[in-house]
Amino acid sequence: MQHRKYPFIVGFLIVPLVLYITFVIWPYLQTFGYSLTNWTGESQSFKFVGFDNYTALFHDSVFRTALWHNILLLIFLPVITILLALFFAFMVNVGGREQAGGVQGVRGAGFYKIVYFFPQVLSVAILIVLFGAVYRSDSAGLLNGFLVKLHLEDANNPIEWLNDPNLVLWCLLLVQVWAGVGFYLVLFSAAMQSIPKDIYEAALLDGAGRSQTFFKVTLPLLWDSVQTSWVYISIFAMDFFALVSGLTPGTAFGGGPDHHSEVMATYLMRNFLAFGKSGYACAQGVIIMLVTLIVSAITLRVSRRDRIEF
Amino acid sequence: MTSPITESQAGLINEVPVGTGKPRGRSKDGDGRYDGDGGRVLNVFSHGFLILWAVLIVFPLLWITLSAFKNNAEIGGSAWSWPSHWSFGAFSRAWDKGIGHFFLNTVIVMVFSVPLTMLLGAMVAYVLARYEFPGNRFFYFLFVSGAMFPYFLALVPLFFMVRNLHMLNTYQGLILVYVAYSLPFTTFFMHSFFKTLPTAVHEAAVLDGASHTRTFFQIMVPMAKPGLLSVGIFNVLGQWNQYILPVTLMQQQSSTDKDHSMLAQGLVNLALQQGYSGDYPALFAGMVVAMLPVLVVYLSFQRQVQAGLTAGTLK
Repeated sequence: MQHRKYPFIVGFLIVPLVLYITFVIWPYLQTFGYSLTNWTGESQSFKFVGFDNYTALFHDSVFRTALWHNILLLIFLPVITILLALFFAFMVNVGGREQAGGVQGVRGAGFYKIVYFFPQVLSVAILIVLFGAVYRSDSAGLLNGFLVKLHLEDANNPIEWLNDPNLVLWCLLLVQVWAGVGFYLVLFSAAMQSIPKDIYEAALLDGAGRSQTFFKVTLPLLWDSVQTSWVYISIFAMDFFALVSGLTPGTAFGGGPDHHSEVMATYLMRNFLAFGKSGYACAQGVIIMLVTLIVSAITLRVSRRDRIEF
Repeated sequence: MTSPITESQAGLINEVPVGTGKPRGRSKDGDGRYDGDGGRVLNVFSHGFLILWAVLIVFPLLWITLSAFKNNAEIGGSAWSWPSHWSFGAFSRAWDKGIGHFFLNTVIVMVFSVPLTMLLGAMVAYVLARYEFPGNRFFYFLFVSGAMFPYFLALVPLFFMVRNLHMLNTYQGLILVYVAYSLPFTTFFMHSFFKTLPTAVHEAAVLDGASHTRTFFQIMVPMAKPGLLSVGIFNVLGQWNQYILPVTLMQQQSSTDKDHSMLAQGLVNLALQQGYSGDYPALFAGMVVAMLPVLVVYLSFQRQVQAGLTAGTLK
């Protein structure tokens, strides 16, 4: 077995490793270094400015707005997505008629999963075109057209979803919910189906109803998946670059009206590609990573429970 | 706008116990069969909500596909207009506006990037899963850690790295970057897959005198086919839908530089230009063109897609 083992290992690892370090690890590390400089990106001359970029960031009202928007998304996106996904997972898996064997999934469960999951595989570019049309600001938009049809709004005075400072961020949030629920539904369904049937049978024999079974048996056993999902959705909540830059008004990567949909990612890209402030943009990248890590750590710690083995 | 939605969703969750509470009481005096009646109520209730959400998913997609057959006046007139005559004109206009070109660009990149990702990822995963050597754990965590950080952390230096290699707006540059950024997940998934494969076949091959390399390509890779298929689909969809990397790396460097936009990027650019040229049917047709291959891949492999994508989060 030992025969020429090391040349083989090195031979297999070297190419991927070089590629990976060049394009992933090294840029990650460089970001930290550049965030301490006043580098503009064009010239190769820059000087070390310590934590000036970070102090400047926290005095930058646009950045603070962007950070606040990301925090709002970090709170609402996981809550709404997970609740909806759990609700539908419950409906798909235990909502069916009961038969002699106990609680069944609804008929067509497979069909629902296929449909619900589909938006997850759509490119964000498709979401942008689709929801650009859905949120269109005149009555030809799907949402306004629908409201007009139901006589809930006046056709001559439609809601400008993406131009309304109070609505724009929530409209984008709903796009992500629309796209994401199916994925977590499938995730939770898989976890639910891995719970052994005899646990349910025992609960039913003890006289537990469906709701009690759900809250006392299913949910605690799903906790690991919920936790993982929360971290995963948080990473999405820190992004939103494509949706904001593609759907909202504003020059160079959107964020309008008047920064009401600005997120850290769009502000980073604008500083980098439009304003030529590369060092400053790097500092924002570091902040994005720090917030992500903090949120993941909090989620994993706060929600830690005794692991239930089954 | 959100608070009513969250509340109503919370309300829905709370209604579940209300809906089932009553029949539960009834089942006690029954003959041992649980709530036949309440089950029906819940069944109707759950079908109602499930159908509602299914409609919310499907209807906008059908609506916009239909819109690709309308003309601009019909699209701008009302959301409920019907195409006056059916033609694929918008599709050919979309193709001329560059969708065909972007489509081709994406295919060219992925013909190289996906097999290369799979090859390199499987090699790394195999070596790390099956061979003991000093630093094994270190390399494993090095590769897997890349999946934990947002792309934005690397974006600025990555741009200059690719520029210094003179590979901005080139296929080869994007291919290498795609491969590098797909390695963490591919390695992670294939690592656990190779761990589960039986060792006996491998040992037999070695005893028969097969070299390590030959064992890998002729014994292990065929055995790992199901895993490779799942991750392969995952990578196809991920790279097909990638947006931020091409936006950063595939911009025309000068007016003479060729437009090498990827499909997602080109489609968004087309959407953003609508203010000037305003050919909505062509835009929607372009969207349908971008969606169809994904739809076909998804429907043909939906079991593997769902398994592959969810496996990524269940660590």
